[in-house]
Amino acid sequence: MNINLTIIGQAIAFFIFVVFCMKYVWPPVMAALQERQKKIADGLAASDRAARDLELAQEKSAQELREAKQQAATLIEQANKRAAQIVEASKEDARKEGQKLIEQAKAEIEQERNQTRDALRAEVAALAIAGAEKILETSVDASKNSEMLEKLAAEL
Amino acid sequence: MAGSASEYIQHHLQNLTYGQLPAEYVRADGTVLSESTWTLAQTAKEAGDMGFWAIHVDSMGWAIGLGVLFLFLFRMAAKRATSGIPGGLQNFVEVMVEFVDNSVKETFHGRNKVIAPLALTIFCWVFLMNLMDLVPVDFLPQLFHMAGLDYMKVVPTTDVNVTLGMSLSVFALIIYYSLKVKGVGGFMGELTLHPFSSDNLFLKILLVPVNFLLEGVSLIAKPISLALRLFGNLYAGELIFILIALLPLWAQWTLSVPWAIFHILVITLQAFIFMMLTIVYLSMAHEDSH
Repeated sequence: MNINLTIIGQAIAFFIFVVFCMKYVWPPVMAALQERQKKIADGLAASDRAARDLELAQEKSAQELREAKQQAATLIEQANKRAAQIVEASKEDARKEGQKLIEQAKAEIEQERNQTRDALRAEVAALAIAGAEKILETSVDASKNSEMLEKLAAEL
Repeated sequence: MAGSASEYIQHHLQNLTYGQLPAEYVRADGTVLSESTWTLAQTAKEAGDMGFWAIHVDSMGWAIGLGVLFLFLFRMAAKRATSGIPGGLQNFVEVMVEFVDNSVKETFHGRNKVIAPLALTIFCWVFLMNLMDLVPVDFLPQLFHMAGLDYMKVVPTTDVNVTLGMSLSVFALIIYYSLKVKGVGGFMGELTLHPFSSDNLFLKILLVPVNFLLEGVSLIAKPISLALRLFGNLYAGELIFILIALLPLWAQWTLSVPWAIFHILVITLQAFIFMMLTIVYLSMAHEDSH
């Protein structure tokens, strides 16, 4: 075990290795490590932000859903009301129409009856004249007795 | 595996040494050198005679090779590093980098661009060098023996030169940052005015040598303990592997397997301790608490 030049040789080699390590090994590895650290930190921050955004969006969508439901409820209520109105109105119309029809029919019937009565009256007048002719055996001058006949017919 | 047990052990603990032998040196094979020669040592005695101006080729080779392997792998991952989904290698590298970064941040609160890469280099490099301890002790030396190299110690951290080389570099950084952060006066004050201090100026001056002795010893002890802790652990571990290798073949696995499994813990722990202590020492150098 001799102490010799190897000490100096080893010291020189050591110095060179340390310098090389310091210049060409340590900085790139450290840079990569730090960059990855930053990336991970950024990623975590982004995911945090995304989670918060998601929460907000969920809240918003819930809110909108609630509003839409409310709106729909109002619409349905309005529609129901309107429908009730329409039904009511058409019922009224129908009733009026029916009333009108009935009145018309009544008027027509009345008119028919009047006509029929007039016709019957004329018929009866003719029959009366014919009967009177048979009874009298003479012809009644219709033109002379027309005044009387009309009076008769009016009495019927 | 010729020779006695002690020869086997000594052979295993001998580095492949390249250095200068003086003129008229009688070499192990009997030849006499006519002039001083740079050569590979053939025996432990030759390696010792080379003195300080010799180098452990095997320790340096393995250390540099493993260091390059570490930097190659990490550089590959660093070049392809993306902030997207990381691949397998990048994942591993990121785990290591984050682990070291956290260790540094827990201990060191100043701003210094050097300490974290320094700690990463220390941890990975020392770990890889320690890891060589788990390669069977005779495996690589035998391969190199066949290639013509007689000595081959494959675990660089069992060479005290290697651990000292690193710890002294750390020591130099401690001194440098102490001077830079506290200034020369501040650093000298830290060495001489603590732990004993007094309001009385005369007493204060009297206490300077005592403080300097205490603080100086504790300062010098830092790199020495740093180097010897790592070296001692790995050297002992290697020695035990060598001893186990001396057992009969059928008995070896009963000891080497548990020891290897335990050693996985040791090599990781030692690499971690070396790194942590470096961080602690450097953060102490940065603290201007006194």
